[in-house]
This record gives sequence, structure tokens and C-alpha cells, in this order.
Amino acid sequence: MAARLLLLVLFAVVAACVGAAAAYQPGSAEGHTIAGRIKIDAASAIAKGFGLPAKTSNTKVILNGGQRVTFARPDGYFAFHNVPAGTHLIEVSSLGYLFSPVRVDISARNPGHIQAALTENRRVLNELVLEPLREEQYYEKREPFSIMSLLKSPMGMMLGFMVIMVFVMPKMMENIDPEEIKQAQEQMRNSPVPSFSGLLARANS
Amino acid sequence: MAPPRHLLLLLLLGFLAAASLAFTLTAAVYEDQVGLADWHQKYIGKVKQAVYHSQKSGRRRVVVLTEENVIASLDLRSGDIFWRHVIEKNDPVDELSLSLGKFVVVTLSSGGSILRAWNLPDGQMIWETNLQVSKSSKPLLHVLSNNKVAKDNLVFVLAGRWIYAVSSIDGVISWGKEFSLDGLDLKQIIQSPENDIVYAVGLAGSSKLNLYQLNAKTGETVKHIQESFPIALCGETILGSHNVLVALDETRSDLFLIELKGESISYNKVHISDLVQGLSGTVKLLPLMSNGVIALQASSTVSLLKLKGIDGLEVIQSFEQPAAVSDALTITEKDEAFAVVQHTGSEIEFVVKFTSDVTGEVIREKINIDQHRGNIQKVFLNNYIRTDKSHGFRALVVMEDHSLLLVQQGEVVWSREDGLASIVDVTTSELPIEKDGVSVANVEHNLFEWLKGHMLKLKGTLMLANADELAAIQAMRLKSSEKNKMTRDHNGFRKLLIVLTKAGKVIALHTGDGRIIWSNLLQSLRSSKSGEMPSALRICQWQVPHHRVMHENPSILIIGRSGADSAAPGVLSVLDSYSGEELNSLKLDHSVVQIIPLTVKDSSEHRLQLIVDSHSRAHLYPRSPDAMNVFLHEMPNTYLYTVDIETNVIRGHSLQKSCDNSDDEYCFSTKELWSIVFPSDTERIAISETRKMNEVVHAQAKIIADQDVMYKYLSKNLVFVATVSPKASGEIGSAAPEEAWLVAYLIDAVTGRILHRVTHHGAQGPVHAVVSENWVVYHYFNLRAHRFEMAVIEIYDQSRADNKDVMKLILGKHNLSAPITSYTRPEVMVKSQSYFFTFSVKAIAATQTAKGITSKQLLIGTIGDQVLALDKRFVDPRRSVNPTQQEKEEGIIPLTDALPIIPTSYLTHSLQVEALRGIVSIPSKLESTTLVFTYGVDLFYTQLAPSRTYDSLTDEFSYALLLITIAALVAAIVVTWIWSEKKELRDKWR
Repeated sequence: MAARLLLLVLFAVVAACVGAAAAYQPGSAEGHTIAGRIKIDAASAIAKGFGLPAKTSNTKVILNGGQRVTFARPDGYFAFHNVPAGTHLIEVSSLGYLFSPVRVDISARNPGHIQAALTENRRVLNELVLEPLREEQYYEKREPFSIMSLLKSPMGMMLGFMVIMVFVMPKMMENIDPEEIKQAQEQMRNSPVPSFSGLLARANS
Repeated sequence: MAPPRHLLLLLLLGFLAAASLAFTLTAAVYEDQVGLADWHQKYIGKVKQAVYHSQKSGRRRVVVLTEENVIASLDLRSGDIFWRHVIEKNDPVDELSLSLGKFVVVTLSSGGSILRAWNLPDGQMIWETNLQVSKSSKPLLHVLSNNKVAKDNLVFVLAGRWIYAVSSIDGVISWGKEFSLDGLDLKQIIQSPENDIVYAVGLAGSSKLNLYQLNAKTGETVKHIQESFPIALCGETILGSHNVLVALDETRSDLFLIELKGESISYNKVHISDLVQGLSGTVKLLPLMSNGVIALQASSTVSLLKLKGIDGLEVIQSFEQPAAVSDALTITEKDEAFAVVQHTGSEIEFVVKFTSDVTGEVIREKINIDQHRGNIQKVFLNNYIRTDKSHGFRALVVMEDHSLLLVQQGEVVWSREDGLASIVDVTTSELPIEKDGVSVANVEHNLFEWLKGHMLKLKGTLMLANADELAAIQAMRLKSSEKNKMTRDHNGFRKLLIVLTKAGKVIALHTGDGRIIWSNLLQSLRSSKSGEMPSALRICQWQVPHHRVMHENPSILIIGRSGADSAAPGVLSVLDSYSGEELNSLKLDHSVVQIIPLTVKDSSEHRLQLIVDSHSRAHLYPRSPDAMNVFLHEMPNTYLYTVDIETNVIRGHSLQKSCDNSDDEYCFSTKELWSIVFPSDTERIAISETRKMNEVVHAQAKIIADQDVMYKYLSKNLVFVATVSPKASGEIGSAAPEEAWLVAYLIDAVTGRILHRVTHHGAQGPVHAVVSENWVVYHYFNLRAHRFEMAVIEIYDQSRADNKDVMKLILGKHNLSAPITSYTRPEVMVKSQSYFFTFSVKAIAATQTAKGITSKQLLIGTIGDQVLALDKRFVDPRRSVNPTQQEKEEGIIPLTDALPIIPTSYLTHSLQVEALRGIVSIPSKLESTTLVFTYGVDLFYTQLAPSRTYDSLTDEFSYALLLITIAALVAAIVVTWIWSEKKELRDKWR
């Protein structure tokens, strides 16, 4: 863990507050602030095609498996305030994307040092910018119509077999030595098994 | 003839290839299949606050806050949801308000410490501000509504000793202030109409009223006045008029009228009993907030009182309970309107009054409301301008069953069944068999209806029908379409899902499209006049008729408590599953702690139920001699166990005939057989889980790769218990890996024997588990890796392992038919493995099928409120990094450290079941398919085939292709016949 970098540790005073700022000290010494940003590529979200808006309006950021939940702002920023020192877990829930949970270490001895790493691939984050690991396609893609898939189906194979029997078999029969055919025919005549065509012809008459 | 044989072989291979192609691990849907077999319903829960937003142009909307912690924007015309946010339960939203030119919704949550602003049109969160506050009884939110300071658009937050002014544009804290007075709890904020002064009123202790005059722009305290009261106040205060505060004393028998005059405080005491006679129960002040009119609620009446300065009060009108009074609504500069709704017989009466003339009435309308909605609980008034410029009124009404109705012009415009957002328990019922006269929906019941239906259809085909008739035809088609019929189907896909909601309402939903077939608000679970709040507990099958009592309708049993306390006596109701009628209702003389549905039935097919009370006595239901006889037979084999999380003990009991000090013959006393006491300083019980009682297992044995057989240890008495170290019982991030551990136990519930025990070091909860067949899968957090983990334990019976010899089996020298008893010491073998899992989990279930042949899938409710179907083969302890060829053939997947998340195996595809709480898998008659019902704030239902539908053709099956093939084959036969005919002729000529 070489990259021990200073993250956005704003000592709870998130935005500039002028005037009577001295009158209050929200979130004084008891906790730290974890602030970060969610970055979803808007262009890809539109291109996804299953009607999900490219907004972060339903993106939830979850601390420690539901202990605290916050929502991402339009620009993707989020913050947890008054978080005690220790090791925490941040999860992002956004429909259509898979986010890796993030391990966040807040050092007690050295206030101000926050260290973050993705738990899925152990990648260390220099700043808490969370990007989806991948987009999720919840639907199976329909295969476009193709002759091959038709032929691969059991019915297609049956047809194929038929065609082979009808067109290729006679060709093969031709290649066989006429002597042999005669022999075979002789055998056929001797055997009581009636031929297919004979059967049909008899049924017809 | 070698070539053809070769061809045949090829063909066979081709078939095999095709079959293996069809066999994949996921059960995905195509986008165009959405809604064919599944449905999704969105709810919000019982509305506790509603703020209207009616712009002059555009769509009319209302923003609501509900008891399920949902904020939502609804369309006033249809009741549809525009947007919705479900906030976590541990961040309760207290108040909601509109601000900034009505484009922003501001919510205050977590006891006043989180202030959020939402964009009204699309629900996007704009900002969030954290405030440091002290503990407060009720945090307040006040939006500065006026003019002079309005360019800052300040929002005031009062919580405990703190007061904040926050800009509603960007959430920046303009100023914040903590009053140093000990025990101060700020109650009210009053805005001065003239200048930039706000008054904050707070109670210190219980009898010291403090008035602070503050500069709204800077927060400077201009003045501080304190006044002591002779009697303690209960803390309930409302603003009667712009400078008169009405407070209730501690005994709730006197009212204080407090006038705030900028310089001083003066007060006057009024006895409530002098004003209103015959009040009973707890008196409450209703927040009416209007010009000198206040509403006082007692358990019998709601009274409207008019303030006469601080000299006294005058009763204007009293309404019999149940009645509800709305907040005042500003109509003109000086006039305000409010609504009173009360019940008159089966109707409700909607009355609108002006505060300037309280005796007069603007509107009095009678509205018919479904009786199964119960009493009226809340009303929110809204006005609109009619075309003739007069004022029209409409109101949102919240009923006892948590439903939300919009009433306007004497009619219910729309209704939302929001009780379904708080489902307590689910069961299913079969539909009637298809035959005449059993139809529940009364479709085609009489001849006239039937004729009318056919006339409509005829009109439709001749294109003579108008829009209404077309809609009627569509509705009829939907009703009679295959999946929505009201009769039993061959595959068992059509069922009734009977759900019990928190409000005590039982609702039957059709699995085809999720429509409501019937609903019944149970009388026994409705809150009584004495203010007791009964709680609904369980719903289970009571009578499932088979051959002998086929003519009877099935019935269901609903078990509840008559109070919130667990020692409160129980109530039982029996309902007809087809019509929802209450057949029987019973008030028990004992409490309900544990409900044990037994597997046995009496001769009239009633399911036997044991209810254990707080004195650990068991009571048998139904109370009939017949049931008693059946049960006495079973009693020596009936064992109970109780898990006491408080004292960290698991106890096993057996039953003994008759109770000690009671002559009730259906009562049984219990005897403790065993107990397992977990050491409290190292272990705390986190979860206990057991197999589903109705689970069917097909195969007792498992044949593994090398022709070896492993026998599953299939005991209904297997209990999985997980304990965590006390330090790790909190949230993630609160414990270090060294001080956290999780111990998993497999316990036999009859003897209390621990069959297996395993410790996971550095692991902590929350633990979720599912037990099925001979395995248990549990989910926990691994602190060392800082990832979630899923572990599997499979348990096998070793004592039967020597039954591998086929000869022995044939000669009958095996012990397979020997009775299995829990008292013999089982020789078990346990295999386990664990894997990383990406998400937090909200619920886990396993699929259930009719015969238990189909392979299992785990249904995992993830933190993102989706349901993931994970094949059980991924959590097989026999997975290894390099499976042998044999193992591969058996279907063992090479071991990976993490379980895969396959997006197409989300059952909920691109939907979310907000605030997911439970997943139920119901077997259908078709072995391959199971029905999955998921509930939370939303409902979701789908069909799932864990190993694909191997026993029926899928919807994907191409009948056209089949027909074409047959046609082609016939054509080929004809052609070949003609050819052979010709050839034969030619041969004969030769």
C-alpha cells in the first residue's frame, strides 16, 4: 500500500460558510467525512438502449451494508459525515451497472488520511471516484435470424438428413459396382422384406 | 453401406451438440418477454404527510411521505407514481416541505440531523446537509414563506436545543445556534409578518416555557423570555393563531392558552372537561394550524374549538369518532378552509368549512367507500378553481387499511392499495377446478351476462363497438386469457397469493397479473376504541380439501395478537380462500409466542397447528376431538425448540399431556429436554434457520464421479445457528478482525446434539442463511479480506455409506429401510467451502419444486433490491481448482474465489423490488418450474425454471418450424414415392 494519499477529508465543514461560522461546529472531533464522486459515462448510458435514463437520480451509496445510505447528487458527488475512524465499506447501487464495493480506511492516529481500494480487484484508488466495473445487460440478446441456427435445430437436421438421403444416396448407389447391386437385389428378392416403394404401391392399388 | 452409417453417427452427434447448447447455467429472459410471466407492482405505504403542488399550468402533483419511509411524487389525476425514493429504515424521515418557488422538496430525517432537498419534477437529490443536533422529541422543519427574507430562501430546522437556518438553494448553513439551556426542547417557530424576526418557542424541563426572539438573517438572539408554569406540560403544543400557543398539560386534562406578545408571555388555564363533556381516553391536539380554530381529539369524539383571545375557548362542533380533520388550507388572503371527514353508516361524509365561518359549510358530500377499507384516518385537503371561478375542493384520504383515495365531487376518483407495501406473511391457495358454478369471478355466471358478453364480442368483430365497449371487451379477454383465468390450470401456474398486511388486511392476488381478487380487513385485527393496536403475525393454510371434502372451499388461518406486546392474547381468524369471507373468528385466552404448523391433518383435512404461549404451554388448533386423536398419535414424536436471543440459549422441549393448572384438554405443557447455553462473553446468537416444513427431497443419495454413493443427511430437525462475537455484533467497521469471529453450528433439534461446529475467524454479521435438503448456505462479512463471503456446509450420513454394494441392496441386506431416529448417534460427514460474494444481502431463499428433482438455485436479494438466481452448483463444496475429467462430466465447476454475478440471471431483470424483505418460492405442478414471489415496498412475481423447462415446450418453441418440417417430410415422401414408382415402371419395361 504505497499510495497512501490524502483524500477529500473535509473536516465536516463541507462548503464555505461565511458569517456566524464560529457559532457552531457541526461534526466536530467525533467523526470524519468520506466524500467522493460517482462517475457514470453518460454517453454509454444512452447507448445502452434499455430505457434507463443516464442520470444518477436513483443511485444509492451505501455505507457498511446499510448502516447509512445517501444519494448521489446530479454531478455525482456524495458524502458521509461523522464517520468514526476504522475500516469501512462503501457499496454503490445503480440499476444497469455493476460497481465494486470500496474499502475505505480512516486512520485514527493520523487524522486526514483516508485510503480507499476496490475490493473486487484490489485496485487502490487515488481519489474516491467510483466508476462502474461494467454495464449490466439484464436481458438475453435475441440471436438474429440465420440459416445456420435453423439448420442446427433438430427439425433442420431431420430435413437435412432427408435431403441427403434423397439426393446423395442415389449418387452413391451409382458409384457402387453394378455387380454388387445385382447381388444385393438378389438378396432383397429372396428376403421377404418388401421394399418401401412396393409397399406404397400395394397400398395404393 | 459405410457412408450412411457414418451419417447416422454424425446426426446423433449433432443432436447431442444441440442439446448441450440449450443447457446453460442461466435462466434469462429476452427483453420482449418482460411481463409475459412476471409482474411488478409499485407501492409507497401508508401516507403520513402530503404536500400539494398545484401549479397553474402543467400536471397536478402531490408529494407524500409515508410510514414505510418513502417520499414520492404522485399524479393527482391518476395516482400514478412520478418518482419515488425509499429511504433506509434507520434514517427515518420526520418532515417534508416544499420550498423555493415550489420546485424543491425538503425532507428532514434521522432526528433532524439530515436535511435533503429533492428536485420536484424528477426527484433528483439536489443537496444534502448534515446538521449536528441534540436529541429531540420531534424535529421541526419550517420553510420561510415570505417576502423580505425570501431572497435567501431559508429553511429552518429545529431539533432539541439547536436551530439552523439553511439556504434552500444549495443547502449551505446560513447560521446555526445552540441554546445553552439544559433540557431545552424547541417546539415551535413563529415567523413575524412584519420584520426579519423569528420566534422560537421551547420547553425546558417540563414546565419552563422559553421564548427566543431571533434575527432571521443572522441568528442573533434579540430577546429571551422565560416563564414558569405551575403544572408540568406534556410537550404537545400547537399554534392556535399567529401569537397564541395552545399547550396540553401532563395529565392531558387542561389546556394552556399562551399569548406571546413580543415583550412578555401571559397565559390562561382552561379545563377541558368544562368545554367538552364525556371525554374519554387520551386527549390529543390535532395540528390544524389555522386562524383561531383548534381541534381536540379524544377516543370518542373530535371537537372543533374556537379561540377567543386567551380568555377562553368555545366549542363549535363535535364529531363522533372515527373522524378526521385536515390541516387548514389558505384560500384567500384572510380565509382558510379545512375539511372534516366522518363516517355515516356505510358512507363517509366530506365537509369543508371556512375558518372565518365555522358553523357554515362550503361543501357536504357523501361518498361511498368500500367497507373493507375500514375507518378514515387522515385527510389532506386541496382546492382548485372551477371553470366558473369558484373554489372546488378535493382531498386525499388515508384509510385504516393504509390505502390512499382521492375524493372529489362525491366520488372516489382513484385509490391505491398501499397496504401491500407492508406485507407480513404470504401463503398460497389453489384456484377452483374448472367446472360450472365454482367460478370465483362470476364471469359468465348467468345467461344474461353470457349473452351480453357475446353481443359485445360480436360488436367488436363487426367494428361497431365504441371506446367503452372496446375496453369492456379487452377486460373480458384479459379475464379469460389463459394466464388470468380464475380456475386451476394443468401446470399449477395459476394460484392465489394470499398476503397479510401490517394493517390486518388479507388480500388475495392472482398470480397471472397480480390483480386483487378479494380483500378483507379483519375485524379482530383492527384497532379498538381503547387504543390497542393489534398486530398481524402469520398466515397459514387451514384446510386444503382433497378427495374426501372436495366440495368445500379451502380456507386459511390468520394468527394475530390483540396488542403490540408479545404477552397480549392472540386472535385467530379463518377465511375462505375463494371469497375472503370470514368463516370463524376466535379470541384466545393465551398469548402467541411461537406458531408451529404440524404436518398432520385431521379427517376433515384441517392442518393441525400448535401455538406456544408465553408460559411455554402449547395449544392445539383446531379444537376438535378428531384433531386431538390425530395429534395424540403424533405427540410422542413432536419436539419443539425455542431460540432465546436475549439470554443466548437454545432449548428443546417435548410435550406432555394436559396443562398443570388448567382443565383445557387442548393445552399441553412442555418439558425441557436439552438446552445449549452460548457463553455470552464470546458468542451472541445472530441467526437460527431451519428447513422449510413442506420441502420435498427426491434423491436421498448423491452419486459422485467415481461411481461412489454419498447419502444425504436429511433430517427435518436440523437447525442452523450462527453466533458472532459480542464486539462484532454491531455494524461493519465497528470491530477489528482480531476481535471478530463467527461460529456456525448444525444442531439436531430433538436431542440438542451439535452435529457440526465451525469457526470463521475475522468474520462478522449481518448473517443471512438458508437451509435446504442437506445443506446450508450462509452469507457474512469477512473483515480480513474486507469482502462479503458465502459459505456452504453439506452434511452426509456416514452410517449408510457402506450400502454401496449392489448385491447387498438386491438381497435386502442394507439398512436403508431401517428406521432413522435422532437418538442414535449419527455418523455424519461434513463438507464445506466458502467463496467471496460482491454484495450485501437482504434475504436468501432456495427454489422449491414439486418433487424436488430439479436442481436448486439460490435466490439472493441483493443490496440493490434485485433478486439474483445463483445455481447451487456454484456453492458446491466439492468444487476444486482442477476438477478431474469425471468430475467435469458430473458438472462440477472449477473453483474460483468469488461467486460470479451474471447479469442475465437477475430474476428481476431491469426492475427493483424497493426495500426488499422477503423471497418466497412456491412449487408449481410442473416439476421444472417454481413460482417466485418477492415483496418489500414493491411486489414482484415471476416463474423460474432452474434447469430450464425440460418437461414442457418453452414459449420459444417454434411451431411453424415443426409444421414446415412435417410438410416438407410429407412432400419428400410423395416425391420419392413418385420417383420410385417411375423407376419401378422403367425397370419393368426393361
